Amino acid sequence: MAVEKLNRQAVENVAGLAKLSLDDNQAEMMTEQLDKIFDLVTSLAEVDTDGVEPTYSPTQNQTVLREDVAVNANQTKQLLDNAPESEANLIKVPTIIDEGAEN
Amino acid sequence: MAVPNFETTIGLEVHVELKTNSKAMSPSPVGYGAEPNQNTNVIDWGYPGVLPQANQGALEYGMMAATALHADITRDLHWDRKNYFYPDNPKAYQITQQQQPIGKNGWLEVEVDGETKRIGITEMHVEEDAGKNTHGTSGYSYVDLNRQGTPLIEIVSEPDMTTPDEAYAYLEALRQAIQFTGISDVKMQEGSMRVDANISIRPVGSKEYGTKVELKNLNSFNYVRKGIAFEEERQAKIYLAGGTIQQQTRRFDEATGETALMRVKETADDYRYFPEPDLTPVHISEEWVQKVADELPEAAPERRKHYVDDLGLEPYDAKVLTQTLEMSDFFDATVSEGANAKRAANYLMGDVNAYLNEKQMDLQETELTPKHLAAMINLIDDGTISTKMAKKVFTAITKGEDPVAYVEANGLKQLSDPAELQPIIDEILDANEQSIIDFHNGKDRAVGFLVGQIMKATKGNANPGVVNKILMASLQARKPE
Repeated sequence: MAVEKLNRQAVENVAGLAKLSLDDNQAEMMTEQLDKIFDLVTSLAEVDTDGVEPTYSPTQNQTVLREDVAVNANQTKQLLDNAPESEANLIKVPTIIDEGAEN
Repeated sequence: MAVPNFETTIGLEVHVELKTNSKAMSPSPVGYGAEPNQNTNVIDWGYPGVLPQANQGALEYGMMAATALHADITRDLHWDRKNYFYPDNPKAYQITQQQQPIGKNGWLEVEVDGETKRIGITEMHVEEDAGKNTHGTSGYSYVDLNRQGTPLIEIVSEPDMTTPDEAYAYLEALRQAIQFTGISDVKMQEGSMRVDANISIRPVGSKEYGTKVELKNLNSFNYVRKGIAFEEERQAKIYLAGGTIQQQTRRFDEATGETALMRVKETADDYRYFPEPDLTPVHISEEWVQKVADELPEAAPERRKHYVDDLGLEPYDAKVLTQTLEMSDFFDATVSEGANAKRAANYLMGDVNAYLNEKQMDLQETELTPKHLAAMINLIDDGTISTKMAKKVFTAITKGEDPVAYVEANGLKQLSDPAELQPIIDEILDANEQSIIDFHNGKDRAVGFLVGQIMKATKGNANPGVVNKILMASLQARKPE
């Protein structure tokens, strides 16, 4: 597998997805550093993984499922006190512009 | 209305809110009507250091949906993280099942214009719902996280539907299948069922699908049908004018019946999925799958078959009775309380439905019980009351009264004893010699007149069947010389 070079545009795209604004110097530095990380990870591609099942978790442990019982934490007041602003038990945030978040 | 020379391709994505007690990844209660943010805890708020606690019930409901939709249950599962920023989801990701959906390769059968068609279901996955935002006017929005983390199942159909009516029929079949499992209320108006439609058109004979448009804000099945029909026309006009269809998300405008542009999709959404590091995988055992299959309530098609084959109902009646789970369960319970199935069906489809429509109520909100309905039906069948008297008794049982006690208390007993009826009938006949002569001269009207007189004499309480029998015998016995 040919090793691609991670370019500045890719870094800016990822920063955008993570809602980070990088100045010129930072973007340059990140491109350099991420490119090295990318190189390191790409070296994994040299391993022959034919016929190997994908690993989704490093442990063999099964998730312990929680029984479906409702517990009310009754912490609404404390939680709202920790919000930057609240009103009528609602969290007050700057106007949301619909960017098309979906579930 | 289909557009000539074009064929339509429709796929539907349906979100169904699961009626678990607690949320998908936290023990906070699930439910409507609480004060804002009352049903939340530190996990729902995405506090640093909290860990998800996967709900066994949500997974089990997913298995029930998969079973009801004839899908294969994925036995080795893991969760994935879908990343996006939005204030209604403070932890900035949704835990979902992107790579290993709980169910795959399902189907539903729909009937349109008398033809049965099988619609494929690609997959269904369990995931978390987001909170609710309301938008103020003063530069603020308001967030309620009560819904945040409520388990959802998203059901993705194959692009197998070709008309708005097929899409409508699929949604009806899907709602019914899910409702009969009891895992969700599946109510569009309350948001426990939500529909997005993908629609494209292509010239007849073209091998490639056209560019698809996603429709949102479809708040009823009827709007789905209207929205798709509008899109068929809109897209055809663009093609016919030599234009190309843009990949867009559009919203349905209920007021105009038209769709309007929400946004243009230039690139695929980049949610940077990766396996959820805070949860290890889960294996679903054979025993668990079997237990879910055993406990799953009988689905509507099986119930209909049982009603027709075993209880002797007409197929149409069986269909009406299985339109909702409540009605079907009520019918089953009434029959198991000993009521005649045919009469129980008629009462439920007639008087009960009329009552529900009049009061704008659901069956479970009323005071009606299967026990009382069965008891009333038995009073009719054993001749204690007439169907006419039953009207009064029905009103009483809608108020929760016991029909047997009500009949006793109000003297609503039908006169069915021949020993009591015979002297009354004799008296009427003695007083109406001319009617006897008319009867023997073949004038049937005489019988009606005599029955009327008998009913009058008994204040309408005589059992018409018994009266008829005794009257005919007495008339024959009084044949003039």
